[in-house]
Amino acid sequence: MDGEVILLDAYASMFGMRLRIALAEKGVKYEYREENLPKKSPFLFQMNPIHKKVPVLIHNGKPICESLIALQYIDEVWHDKNPLLPSDPYKRAQARLWADFVDQKVHTLGRKTWSAKGEEQEAAKKEFIEALKVLEGELGEKPYFGGEEFGYVDVALIPFYSWFHAYETCGNFKIGTQCPKFVAWTKRSMQRESVSKSLADPEKVYDFFLILKKHFGVE
Amino acid sequence: MEEVKLFGYWVSPFCRSVEIALKIKGIQYEYIEEDLTNKSPQLLQYNPVYKKIPVLLHNGKPIAESMVILEYIDETWKNNPILPKDPFEKARARFWANFVDQKCFPALWKTIWSTSEQYEQNKAEALERLKVLENELGGKRFFGGDSIGMVDIVANFIGFSFRTIQEALKLDVFTEDNFPKLWEWAENFVNCSPVKKCLPPQDKLIANFPPAYMGKTLVSSFQSRLQLPPPGGC
Repeated sequence: MDGEVILLDAYASMFGMRLRIALAEKGVKYEYREENLPKKSPFLFQMNPIHKKVPVLIHNGKPICESLIALQYIDEVWHDKNPLLPSDPYKRAQARLWADFVDQKVHTLGRKTWSAKGEEQEAAKKEFIEALKVLEGELGEKPYFGGEEFGYVDVALIPFYSWFHAYETCGNFKIGTQCPKFVAWTKRSMQRESVSKSLADPEKVYDFFLILKKHFGVE
Repeated sequence: MEEVKLFGYWVSPFCRSVEIALKIKGIQYEYIEEDLTNKSPQLLQYNPVYKKIPVLLHNGKPIAESMVILEYIDETWKNNPILPKDPFEKARARFWANFVDQKCFPALWKTIWSTSEQYEQNKAEALERLKVLENELGGKRFFGGDSIGMVDIVANFIGFSFRTIQEALKLDVFTEDNFPKLWEWAENFVNCSPVKKCLPPQDKLIANFPPAYMGKTLVSSFQSRLQLPPPGGC
């Protein structure tokens, strides 16, 4: 049926959350295995020797690495239930483009809001808000990025919401007040059981984030 | 009647990827060369988010980002597929295309722009990446198996332009001795018919490429994508 599905993950990983949401959307039974980051297990090194990162989806013993690649894999294998990508090639291309935007901008800039200092940090905060505003523009009046249905871009983006508290606290800025449409979309998405059950608690994310900061030597 | 246009830049390996895919599928298209120091209003209109080439225009609808374009081409024109059908093999191909794009290309690019102090360190990183790629290739003729696929296409820079540039600059990163399998792959790759039709003329590449001759804007547009330090006088 589903076969043996294992998710090698870390509670606070926004990339891992993407896969938790997708597997829940598809109703796939899986075994969740927590990596104790920043320490990494030999099993992780074996399953992802190139990047040595979570998440790794392991289906019938075969590992699939990189969250957006694993997301597409989940959507293709369990295609019958709650499809995440549209069927039209042009709409699929747009979805892929925006998911890539989330990685290129939201993730990269979000990280800079805490890892950079001084002017570079201020610039990152400004650009981070700008990126969210671009996403607000793309969302428009639609309930989800996927249109009427919760889709690929929604899954790619919503996990970052659990990190906003950490970004705001460390970067000393407020995200929600500047992006009301974005906040409305997060509330709507959080009403889905797959999302509310998969997203990490922002306070726990902040605790993990402090460990990460120390590990990377950022004060 | 299909109308396909490609906005590109002659030296960009990302544009090369799209052209090779179009040639593999036998798609007729109009190529529009962009002046990156003076981007056209159409380019800015079709790619408002990144304002970059390549942009594919299919019946008036724009698609940006080379990897997204490749997937679009493969899903729209079903002949001569560049990705496997099996979901796991497809995921594998995507993973390696991503590795070439995100890890190999930047590492090789850095060696070209290295100062003499930086070269050995940058070379070491590039060698590491090429070794991983060589191991993945194994005994296969191409990354795609018997015929070229998405990974081969995305690796076009390694197959052609990088070897031409490194020879002109007298670098010793990608050598036949160090990477015999990858070198053989490169030879087979550049001799494939769809690839042959897309390669920039070698003499034009050498004449225009050495860092001293690169236009400032082109340098900065590559830099901002790869977040690299400025070349030459770093």
